[in-house]
Amino acid sequence: MVSFILNRELVTTEKSEGSSLLDFLRYDMGLTGTKTGCREGDCGACTVIAGTLNGSTVTYRSAVSCLMPLGNAHGKHIVTIEGINTGHLSHIQQAMVDHDAIQCGFCTPGIVMSLVSESISQRETTRDSAITSMAGNICRCTGYKSIERAAQEIAEALADKDINDPVRWLVEHGQLPDYFLGIPGRLSAIANDREYPAGYNRTAGGSSGSDIRIAGGTDLMVRHADELAESGVIRLSGRKELKGIKTEDGRCIIGASATISEAGESETLKEYFPEISTCIPLIASEPVRNMATIAGNIVNASPIGDMSIILLALNADVTVAGSRTSKVLLLKDLFLGYKKLDMEPEEYLRSISFKYEFARALFSFEKVSRRTHLDIASVNSAIQLRMEGDLIAGCHLSAGGVSPVPLYLSNTSAFLKGRTVSVESLQQANNVMQEEISPISDARGSAEYKRLLLRQLLFAHFMKLFPEKINPDIGKL
Amino acid sequence: MKNPEAANHSTGRSQYLDDIPALKNTLYGVIFGSPSAHGRIISLDISGALAATGVNAVFTKSDIPGKNDIGGIIPDETLFADEEVHYLGQPVALVVADSEYAARKAAKLIRVSIEELEPVTDPRVAKEKGHLLIPSRTFRMGDVAAAWNECDIVIEGRADCGAQEHLYLETQGAYSWPGDNGAIIIHSSTQSPTLVQKVAARVLALPMNMVEVDVARLGGAFGGKEDQATFVAVMTALAASLLQRPVKITLSRGDDMRMTGKRHPYSADFRIGLTNDYRIKAYSAVLYQNGGAAADLSPAIMERTLFHSTNAYFIPNTEVTVHSCRTNIPPNTAFRGFGAPQGMFVIESAIAKAAAELKVPARIIQQANFLKENDVFQYGQVALDVNIGECFAKLDGEFRIEEIEKEIAEFNSRGTIYRKGMALMPVCFGISFTKTSMNHARALVHIYQDGSIGISTGAVEMGQGVNAKLARVAAGTFSVNPARIKIETTNTTRVANTSPTAASSGADLNGNALLIACNKLAGRLKEAAASLLGCSADEIRLSDEKVLRNGEPTGITWEKLIPEAFLMRIALSENGHYATPVIFFDKSVEKGHPFAYHVYGTAVVTVLLDCLRGTYRTERVLVVHDFGNNINPDIDMGQMEGGVMQGIGWMTMEEVLFDNRGRMLTDSLSTYKVPDIYSAPETSEIRALEKEGPGLALMKSKAIGEPPFMYGIGAYFALQNAISSFNPSWRPDYNAPMTPEKVLMRLYDKK
Repeated sequence: MVSFILNRELVTTEKSEGSSLLDFLRYDMGLTGTKTGCREGDCGACTVIAGTLNGSTVTYRSAVSCLMPLGNAHGKHIVTIEGINTGHLSHIQQAMVDHDAIQCGFCTPGIVMSLVSESISQRETTRDSAITSMAGNICRCTGYKSIERAAQEIAEALADKDINDPVRWLVEHGQLPDYFLGIPGRLSAIANDREYPAGYNRTAGGSSGSDIRIAGGTDLMVRHADELAESGVIRLSGRKELKGIKTEDGRCIIGASATISEAGESETLKEYFPEISTCIPLIASEPVRNMATIAGNIVNASPIGDMSIILLALNADVTVAGSRTSKVLLLKDLFLGYKKLDMEPEEYLRSISFKYEFARALFSFEKVSRRTHLDIASVNSAIQLRMEGDLIAGCHLSAGGVSPVPLYLSNTSAFLKGRTVSVESLQQANNVMQEEISPISDARGSAEYKRLLLRQLLFAHFMKLFPEKINPDIGKL
Repeated sequence: MKNPEAANHSTGRSQYLDDIPALKNTLYGVIFGSPSAHGRIISLDISGALAATGVNAVFTKSDIPGKNDIGGIIPDETLFADEEVHYLGQPVALVVADSEYAARKAAKLIRVSIEELEPVTDPRVAKEKGHLLIPSRTFRMGDVAAAWNECDIVIEGRADCGAQEHLYLETQGAYSWPGDNGAIIIHSSTQSPTLVQKVAARVLALPMNMVEVDVARLGGAFGGKEDQATFVAVMTALAASLLQRPVKITLSRGDDMRMTGKRHPYSADFRIGLTNDYRIKAYSAVLYQNGGAAADLSPAIMERTLFHSTNAYFIPNTEVTVHSCRTNIPPNTAFRGFGAPQGMFVIESAIAKAAAELKVPARIIQQANFLKENDVFQYGQVALDVNIGECFAKLDGEFRIEEIEKEIAEFNSRGTIYRKGMALMPVCFGISFTKTSMNHARALVHIYQDGSIGISTGAVEMGQGVNAKLARVAAGTFSVNPARIKIETTNTTRVANTSPTAASSGADLNGNALLIACNKLAGRLKEAAASLLGCSADEIRLSDEKVLRNGEPTGITWEKLIPEAFLMRIALSENGHYATPVIFFDKSVEKGHPFAYHVYGTAVVTVLLDCLRGTYRTERVLVVHDFGNNINPDIDMGQMEGGVMQGIGWMTMEEVLFDNRGRMLTDSLSTYKVPDIYSAPETSEIRALEKEGPGLALMKSKAIGEPPFMYGIGAYFALQNAISSFNPSWRPDYNAPMTPEKVLMRLYDKK
């Protein structure tokens, strides 16, 4: 049974927890303002906002409802376009109308909801942040310039927003219906009645061995929506012990249900690994980042998982837990083959940890895809370097899209260790690297392209980190 | 005037097809598509699907009461596969169940055994094998064979441009239910209600009057729902008719991408000859159109390729041939520009190649050959009201093209990892359906007793803002508040025998029909007012909701006039019929006057290229466009910006890929990328050429839907120029789209 507040109403449903929130909204509740565009989180037409009780306030984030397992809505405030309408158009809606940012209108509710998520966030809303909130919304009609103009006006209208209590500010300024003010109280009433104890296997149709573990859902819902709708699911996102990002004994520990957005906002990571902020915008889109977990990106075992590549370069390890046992292994040893992990079926990834030698380390993440944002990499790569004087004292280099697994480039890393930073050593390192990779041709590029691209990204890392030393005439590379 | 539906869209209240509240007992259909791109069906076993939970029926070709024929222009396409399959995804059966989920699950239980035949995906190979959809056509002017000798330089080359997925955000869908006495009611997300009606009648063996098609609005179409909404609609009609229950189909994105056609890829060989003063003396080209497995609209698209194969240039001697090639991919179809972008890409490639050879910017050649007043197009029409030169002059005046070139050259000389590139893209686009007989429309206007107005036409609203333009026509003619006007759904029982809403002509044709109807009604209302006031109708004018006599208020308002007129038994309903005058075309000689008028414009596109990573972005799009007397700048600016972005997408990141077995590799939004908000040009400056529009355009405001798309072609050549700046040894290969992969491989000479 799943209970949550949907717009104004408390709803309780026996529907399978693995079915999509989108279908529930449209076909069970008749809320057709939320549109179906792609069912893979790539168009944003089904964007809603999900509010989570956080002490006495509710934190709202955007979510693509096509990828949200219904069970993950439990205890939340789910808001659709119908739930933000008042008797008049809000600033957001009016700006969209006034700037002709609406043509066929099919993407519009999703865009409005992305902008609502931005307006309701506890941060200053600028034109750029408004645009970032819409980075996952595809509009095929307008060419976006009018949407940019609307974003500008919306940012201006929100200039005085009280970032400490945006909900109240928005309600008081007629931008949200006033029922929002009563939500925290109502949510605490349902949230308290069900929090899964650790290890509790909650399933829709009774516990069984075929139950599928699901966290954010952003990968499984794309590939296995029908199976999830009929099988039982074990929701990992409800488990307290899997939450959070913290430091312990000089290591940064990321809980398995920590999302990519949480990583981007984590004070711990900002302190220990500030470069994370440059990586985040290149990964998925805001609503997907709000749902997708870092652990999910790893266990998905995609050879081009962005978080896998980043964590490989951080030389992370993972804690894998079974019903009774638990083991710690290096992330690079977790990947055995294409979509094959060193994990038993009953095991799950509990946490990820890494030691980031921030005082002396350098880090770079590079990703090239057909489209810069919300796209899967053709090739991605990350590197962590520890320098001693001019010498590379430590190197962890990783690359995605060039092998059946997210690849830790052991030989290349070893080769670079002990060398000085120079064009020549990079060229030699590239020779080693080309021997270490085995890209295939597919929709993301030919094998030849991926080889060339990885060479370029190796140079890009060093040009970024050592602009004085590595500034070659790239035409001659 | 804003899009009158925009506010409703912004609240999520507008109803699209899948939002129609489901009737009780509604069934849901999922199409089973061929797993093979080419083969003979040996056996088809639907028993597993029929036995599955929730399944009501599985339909195949043998269930069709009428003809298994959905061909639009030629009857070469079946609703369900007959003995052979011709593309992967071709509909073989329809599973109907009490939920979409049950139908989808059951469809996986269908077994089809196919004797595999060799699939062909390359149009040149198809031509070689003699697989043509229709006979090839050639447009000629002057004497091209003789003209080569007069040229100082003759360049040959090859150009290729790729397919493009429409990616309307709303996938194809339809919802049908049985009406009285065997009639069928179809709600379809189609640009062509009449085509759906006609084909459903043919398949169901019903007269057309027993098939009602209703269209509220489309969540995007771009041509993709001109012909290819039909099969989905007809399948729901078939199932609803046979089962006597409501049946809905909403294609999943994957099915939509795999089953429906795209913009046609073209491959071409060109030859261009110039004199030393950069005048193009002769141009010949052979274009291979990849039509896919059935004709669909390919013959008409081929025709428009021919019409626009010399773009905005006057070339005295030409010979352009298009072969429409049959291949084993989904039937390619209409997409904004309708073959013109491909024709223009080829001539622009030829010019770019000649420019590279002559070591001048392509702009010099483009400029030297712009059409002039009274020049004759290849197809015999005399060019009138030619604005290309003026558009270019204004563009140059406002944005200083040479300065941009200098700025870019200076930037490129700095030796960073970045390079910039610029291209000029002129456009000349003819307005009218190239098939003269399609250029007509009707409108039905009801003025209700309370003064509110209902308007029906054949135009389908798909985001292009035609409803706003129609409302403007009626509000203007009656001089009433637009809030009085409701644009009704497009329905075949109210307006019959309509042409599709396509060819940028929706507003011109339907708006002019509406204008005729409104003028007739306004005339009658003036008569009524005159009789109330005891004066002559000539003295009466409707102005701002009031009746004026000789310019003076009379105390009679619209709200008073209408009930009075009703009591006087005056007909408050009217029909308007409009057929574009002047136009004709004689295919036997490929000459005539096919277009009501032409739209002109010129754009400059600049790009910034990261030569380390092969990634890029569009920096500037600067346009001077010939809108005519723009009656709706808000709407038309949206069409402009959206069209340009879509064109840039086609030329850059959008790439449809098939493997050698005819399987589409890019059948999802994670593999087929369209521009996102970060892909929009940093600067987009659109200026109107201020010039009186032609009489045949609605209120002299020129059609806008398609022409802007082709400015996007500039992005390809701008990228090519940026690559050449980095890698001067590269020999450009005129192979669009210019994806980041192609860019990087060309920057470093790896092909």
